[in-house]
Amino acid sequence: MVSVLDIDTLLGDPQTRIIVCCGAGGVGKTTTAAALGLRAAEAGRRVVVLTIDPARRLAQSLGLTTLDNTPRPVKDIKNTDGGSLDAMMLDMKRTFDEVVEAHSTPEKAEQILANPFYQAVSSSFAGTQEYMAMEKLGQLRLEADRDPDNPRWDLIVVDTPPSRSALDFLDAPKRLGSFLDGRFIRLLAAPAKAGGRAYLKVFSAGVNIVTRTLTKVLGGQMLSDVQTFVAAFDTMFGGFRKRADHTYALLSDRTTTFIVVAAPERDALREASYFVDRLDEEEMPLAGLVINRMYRVSAPGLSAARALGAAEELGDEESDSSSAITQGLLRMHAIQAEIADRHESLARRFIAGHPGIPMVEVPAASGDIHDLVGLRAVGNALAGH
Amino acid sequence: MAPDAGSARDTDWGGVRLHIVTGKGGTGKTTVAAALALALAAEGRRVLLAEVEGRQGISQTFEVPPLALTETRIAHAAHGGEVFGLSVDAKAALLEYLQMYYKLGRAGGVLEKFGAIDFATTIAPGVRDVLLTGKVYEAVRRRRDHKAKGPGAAPAYDAVVVDAPPTGRVVRFLNVNHEVADLAKVGPIRSQANSITAMLKSPQTAVHLVTLLEEMPVQETVDTIAELRAVGMPIGGVVVNQVREEILTLNVLEAAARGAISPKNVAADLTRVHVRATDALVNGLLTEARDHAERVTLERDEAKVIAALGRPTYRLPSLSEGVDANGVREMAETLMAQGMA
Repeated sequence: MVSVLDIDTLLGDPQTRIIVCCGAGGVGKTTTAAALGLRAAEAGRRVVVLTIDPARRLAQSLGLTTLDNTPRPVKDIKNTDGGSLDAMMLDMKRTFDEVVEAHSTPEKAEQILANPFYQAVSSSFAGTQEYMAMEKLGQLRLEADRDPDNPRWDLIVVDTPPSRSALDFLDAPKRLGSFLDGRFIRLLAAPAKAGGRAYLKVFSAGVNIVTRTLTKVLGGQMLSDVQTFVAAFDTMFGGFRKRADHTYALLSDRTTTFIVVAAPERDALREASYFVDRLDEEEMPLAGLVINRMYRVSAPGLSAARALGAAEELGDEESDSSSAITQGLLRMHAIQAEIADRHESLARRFIAGHPGIPMVEVPAASGDIHDLVGLRAVGNALAGH
Repeated sequence: MAPDAGSARDTDWGGVRLHIVTGKGGTGKTTVAAALALALAAEGRRVLLAEVEGRQGISQTFEVPPLALTETRIAHAAHGGEVFGLSVDAKAALLEYLQMYYKLGRAGGVLEKFGAIDFATTIAPGVRDVLLTGKVYEAVRRRRDHKAKGPGAAPAYDAVVVDAPPTGRVVRFLNVNHEVADLAKVGPIRSQANSITAMLKSPQTAVHLVTLLEEMPVQETVDTIAELRAVGMPIGGVVVNQVREEILTLNVLEAAARGAISPKNVAADLTRVHVRATDALVNGLLTEARDHAERVTLERDEAKVIAALGRPTYRLPSLSEGVDANGVREMAETLMAQGMA
């Protein structure tokens, strides 16, 4: 027995405060996040959707024309139930800059923002997007909770970055935390700090080897940029670490729920399976699985084999133009029915391997989705209508 | 006997030794990279297929055990060629690099103990991508005989195919060495980064894009080509994947779109061949035809956008059984027939 992911109950539950959509690239994560946000808003919730890298026309449909890191109201939603929908696109560099500004003195912030190493970290380092997506999530939640009697948002829907591995964003807070606690960061920070050397002398003879090697590999100038950066950042580390821990706690909180998004393809389902296992391992709350783009036929009563057989029989007759059309329809149906069968069997196999995980299938649309009408239709399908 | 590279068949990319394959997530770039590697390996060539995101997509595509840190033979191509697979690992690449260029010995272990290696491969800006591209660079330049020098020495691999990051990240990935060279104004990192950039921008390299005939992947293909052009990376071909076989003629498609197919005639035809022609079945078939016509129209529009790019374009048919190891071989044959390899 397949258990069904009941989207409307999930969206309607005031205890649901954060929904994280995750899955492989290209499976329709952003569309799912936007459709969930719209459906919740039109059911009366005050929603903000955080998107990472939306397709241009989907972004336009939400009224997002600029990437300015600020939630903007989505117009033309049906808000008779008092709901609202804001949407925003993540600007990772700006988010990082804001964190720096919030946690240091103006002079120090200026020094950090001008450091070449910082500029590289904040705009291009592997993983920045993951850290900053989670940072932004934390900020949105703080903003939402500012006035508990009249919260600006009571539901945050997050679309996760198209990670190298689906796990990067889960690991981001922990990885940052362990790095900040590590010896290497103290070593880098030490030369710029008074008293650092004395401390280092006791802690290892390996230090010299490390500094020598770093100078040799990086060159003196780059190493000193790195050191200046780390020293300037030093005062912020405590804050950073706290935030990373806070975000991790927020993700495992019972008001947070994860939805794994997949498409009926081997690779996407493999990633989904990996993700489901990993969430389980981390004891993160999983609501269920959405399988997008399920191919469905409109004449399900006719099997592929039967359709092909009938087409062949028609082909053996004396031909007229009408029967040629019917033959074409039957052959087309046969191909589509085969695809639909394959999708169905992939979905069944996933369920067999992960019994008890609630699931909902969203049928493939014949065109791309880029307006509220399309998103509403996806929302309906998500709710099983 | 192995023929000289490029002389046996006339292909579109004769002078290219480094093929970088990218595409939006879900377009099948890993399978296309695998098929291209097989096609390039035909007739006795040695080809390395490398992935850089640790996803084990290559081993899954070829249905072999997960790739370890060493290059492993994963497939025989037609007429004696070989494909080797490698999942490039940033940490292994860094230790190897330090050993090769700095003869580090014990210092490598100390760096590791201090968390410097983890820092470099997971936290430091761009270093990870520098290491991954650096390993690819090394594989392209490697000689079959380590002592052989000069342009005449046989390379270890006739071609290297990289299953690169998806379109959203690929330009940053490929251009990372340029950024690092800006960061390190002098020193060994700068010169290494400059050499990698020079190879990636040379005519030895081609960046191929995989797409489907859908709006988002095509838009990303167009955007990525513009970005690649802006940073001076050599643009390769466009591979249109999962092209559906055309079953209905243009006339039937148009009639279906207009709702001009007679349900009565269809029902009569079905009844004649003993299919119970209920209204639900007939209407279902006509709805399918109308949806199909709509999709075909969209696909035609996207095909026009691709044609307007003016790049060599290859079309791979949709495999009804899904893609397994045999499917990849079939795709390789198609790419060869169309002149990509």
